[in-house]
Amino acid sequence: MAGSNKTNITPPRWLLAELTYKCPLQCPYCSNPLDYAKHSDEISTEDWKRVLSEARKMGAVQLGFSGGEPLTRQDLAELVKHARELGYYSNLITSGYGLTEEKIIQLKEAGLDHIQVSIQASTQDLNDHLAGTESFEHKQEVARLVKKHGYPMVLCVVIHRENIHQMPEILAMAEELGADYLELANTQYYGWAHANRDLLLPTQEQFEQAEEIAQAFKKKVAGKMKIYYVVPDFYEDRPKACMNGWGTTFLTIAPDGVALPCHSARELPGLDCPNVNDYSISEIWHDSKAFNFFRGNEWMQEPCKSCDEKDKDFGGCRCQAYILTGDMYKTDPVCSKSPDRKVIQDAIDSARKSALSADEQPLIFRNSKNSKAY
Amino acid sequence: MHRLQWEEAQQKDVILYPEGMVELNQSSAEILKLCDGTRNLDQIVVDLEEKFATTGLKNDITSFLEVALKNGWIQQD
Ligand code: SF4
Ligand code: SF4
Repeated sequence: MAGSNKTNITPPRWLLAELTYKCPLQCPYCSNPLDYAKHSDEISTEDWKRVLSEARKMGAVQLGFSGGEPLTRQDLAELVKHARELGYYSNLITSGYGLTEEKIIQLKEAGLDHIQVSIQASTQDLNDHLAGTESFEHKQEVARLVKKHGYPMVLCVVIHRENIHQMPEILAMAEELGADYLELANTQYYGWAHANRDLLLPTQEQFEQAEEIAQAFKKKVAGKMKIYYVVPDFYEDRPKACMNGWGTTFLTIAPDGVALPCHSARELPGLDCPNVNDYSISEIWHDSKAFNFFRGNEWMQEPCKSCDEKDKDFGGCRCQAYILTGDMYKTDPVCSKSPDRKVIQDAIDSARKSALSADEQPLIFRNSKNSKAY
Repeated sequence: MHRLQWEEAQQKDVILYPEGMVELNQSSAEILKLCDGTRNLDQIVVDLEEKFATTGLKNDITSFLEVALKNGWIQQD
């Protein structure tokens, strides 16, 4: 495929193991594919062990167990143990739902390095509304137990228009729970978040105000709590550096064994993403069409092609270009040099209109009933 | 919270922590390996000067340890 130069392929460093699409929660900003209900197959414990071993051998070292809700996999502790033996630094990315003290201890003994608990909001009402499930008190309890058992406590809050006004309370909650790391992830508009964008995208004023509060807090807790602030790229004039370069660093394996250069890449047409049932990780990483598709920069069109910033942002996000312009080769429309920048402004305007409008549309929750409609 | 380990694929020592990784050069790795809770600064300096048969490392080691402390790679009692 265009753009590949086999001698320059760097090994994967991060492996994201999406163990399952099953999840007891229904977050309307979930990054899983809208049609996840169609992909209900799950690869076996032995398959996962082989994937972990092969990727580790190539150089992967950071490992995330995610989903869906990875705790729904009965073999989680076994996989964690295998990962530890291989020398991974492993992270459980969980909603906390279904996590008991017994399980926390069991996973610690198996060698899990940290647990990232996501909380939807700083109040019970809003958390439970967004999660589509009563879960607020349990999540707080889980966060305390994670800390109690000696894990670094990583708290993740996805930020959008429904909770952005709670920024001060969210920060206070993180402090109260003793978080070591706080990830404030402004929603990225893929999957379910894209479907709910009019209801989730904050206005520029809301975003600026929240950011100011978060930045002041970051200074205040420097040395005690580390803040990861994921910017909402719609209000930037340069796109994010997609995946640190396509096929350079990140490898995602979906529940059914499909290997993805980015967790949204399933939506892109014609990539023929390979399955770990058919190929080794090394073949997938080096030789597959999907992983070579946007490697390097020969695939680029103008204005990226002749832009002197292309080694910095790689032309932005391919999935965003595809979702918003219908052409995955185009410049990410977030870029102010993109001829399609108007679609971003239209999205911002449309969300603002919806924010000001009296009749609220309902959010589309992520569940299998709604998924079957796609 | 942080784990120091040798990475065969990279032929480097790295520090691993939630969401991140720092690759270490050889001298930084040597310093960190001595921060095992049994030695104080002067002992670390003596050990390393002996190991590399040199002197005058104290300033470099001190400034690296300040960085390490600030990043939470080591803790101070
Ligand atoms: S034109 Fe393309 S390469 Fe240049 S800054 Fe914009 S997205 Fe990046
Ligand atoms: S294109 Fe890149 S950043 Fe965007 S969702 Fe896909 S890979 Fe992620």
